[in-house]
Amino acid sequence: MYPQILLRNRKPDRIATLAEYRAGGGYEGLVRVLQQRSPAEVRQVLLDAILLGRGGAAFPAGMKMMTVAEDAPFPRYLVCNADEMEPGTFKDRVLIHADPHQLIEGMILAAYAISAEKGIIFIRPEYESAARILEREIGIAREAGFLGRNILGSGIDVEIVVHRSGGRYICGEVTAQINALEGRRPNPKQPPPYPTEKGLWGKPTVLQNVETLCCIPHILRNGAQWFKDLALTESGAGTKIFGISGKVNRPGCYELPMGVRLSEIIEDYAGGMKNGGEFKACLPGGASTGFLTREHYHIEMDFDALKSVGNRLGTGAVMVFDRDTCLVAATLNLIEFFARESCGWCTPCREGLPYIREILWRIETGKGTAEDIPALKKICKHLWYSYCAFAPGAVSPVEGLLTHFEGEVAAHINQKKCPFRNS
Amino acid sequence: MPTDAQKDSLEREIQAADHPRELAVDVMAALQDRDGYLSDAAVMETARLLGMDPVEVEELATFYTFIYREPVGRYVIHVCDSVVCWMEGSETIGGHLMGTLGIGMGETTPDGLFTLLPVCCIGYCDRAPAILVNRKAYGPLTIADLDALIDRLRNAADAPGGENPGEEE
Ligand code: SF4
Ligand code: FES
Repeated sequence: MYPQILLRNRKPDRIATLAEYRAGGGYEGLVRVLQQRSPAEVRQVLLDAILLGRGGAAFPAGMKMMTVAEDAPFPRYLVCNADEMEPGTFKDRVLIHADPHQLIEGMILAAYAISAEKGIIFIRPEYESAARILEREIGIAREAGFLGRNILGSGIDVEIVVHRSGGRYICGEVTAQINALEGRRPNPKQPPPYPTEKGLWGKPTVLQNVETLCCIPHILRNGAQWFKDLALTESGAGTKIFGISGKVNRPGCYELPMGVRLSEIIEDYAGGMKNGGEFKACLPGGASTGFLTREHYHIEMDFDALKSVGNRLGTGAVMVFDRDTCLVAATLNLIEFFARESCGWCTPCREGLPYIREILWRIETGKGTAEDIPALKKICKHLWYSYCAFAPGAVSPVEGLLTHFEGEVAAHINQKKCPFRNS
Repeated sequence: MPTDAQKDSLEREIQAADHPRELAVDVMAALQDRDGYLSDAAVMETARLLGMDPVEVEELATFYTFIYREPVGRYVIHVCDSVVCWMEGSETIGGHLMGTLGIGMGETTPDGLFTLLPVCCIGYCDRAPAILVNRKAYGPLTIADLDALIDRLRNAADAPGGENPGEEE
């Protein structure tokens, strides 16, 4: 069993209370920071800890905070992105339901680091229960003096509110989320200006994922070196919540050291393949990553190792496919998601994704031709010229399919049917 | 219909907000809860309350998955059709619901009880196949579970107050 940091207080049937969170050292980091450390020191510790954003982009959290200039205007905003909506991703839900004060403390510390007085939790409508839990626990934290005006007599004010989304995947994108918060249509905006300079209501805004924020109290309590030492790989730092789903016996969230091997996650934690099946492929970090194959079965799961094989760790949402699952059909399903969720702002994405869906559907139903494969490759390349990162992410599984499983695609075309269906 | 108290609290909230339009989704959702869906009149009302242009409200209303511009049933069933649920049989789940309720996806039963809608991943992939009923998640589901659930909802609808959507986790 590896050390449990973020999920240490997880219980099978209920959330951890404030008292339970404090018994494990909760809010100690906040007390110490308010007494002894300047916001600049907090930012530096996070940078030294190599805390990379857990929402998928892996940008250093400390660095993002440092891009808010010392003399930047006020008010400044801290936004917690709890809008995970990518197929396979559910870790933020588990984190909030396990230990809400960990997130609240992380937000107060992050707000302090950039001198923000307001934190906003942007949460998807499917997580209404998590939104209610947070609202209740925010009240409890305020009563205990950790939140609100003059926190613990320090003269620092931080308030946190919960903002409910109307539910669209693109709201997870930073600039789209800011538009959504302002009651505008959530289309992405291309920087500059960067949100850390002109974000919500034109003011400096730092946006972080739930898991990233949850790491912060522990780093400030135990130090940057401690955090780095949690990882198994030289370049990694910290633990990672891996959310595993698909053809495994025990789907769920597991907190493991960064750099743990994929095979270990599947066999030792997720209980091995379902029904004694055989591993064929997985998406390592949500629907906008490419396929890993048997050849990568023992890969070390960290940001660098996945980059070295042309893939991404993304959110660490591992979706496992077995030998009997048709990857053309699976990819068609993934593209269906992206085509539906495209915000429609730019043409390559709005038109290109339905086109890819159409071709994949033809191949899957036995109507594909040999030209479809090069056509798919070409369209995927075009989608890289879209306005935001949504479209390149959307074609990642298609590109992975064509790189690693072209044979399976060709079999559909040659046999004029899906080889995985009996009829 | 909202009680005066509800209306007052909405207006108080809007007055207290730094930027009223940040409440756009909340106001639409509140009016939708009141009327069962976001009617044309409610779009106008949202715009007026928040000082927005009606077309801006319409832009949002038609964009968001959980804002309904047409009447829906008392129980809105969202069937997740994303990849993990698909692998675990969401097509069977959706098919069974359409069969038992006698409606297609996007339709409402004539008695106004159930609306069926397909939805993207709801974040319960560890409990696939999963559905939402009035935003409460259920999963992993078998056909027997589904039948029992529909029965329970039908009975609850007859009882005063109905079934209370919430979360057990
Ligand atoms: S790439 Fe897609 S999601 Fe991004 S702006 Fe264009 S249409 Fe919208
Ligand atoms: S794929 Fe259905 S809940 Fe995620």
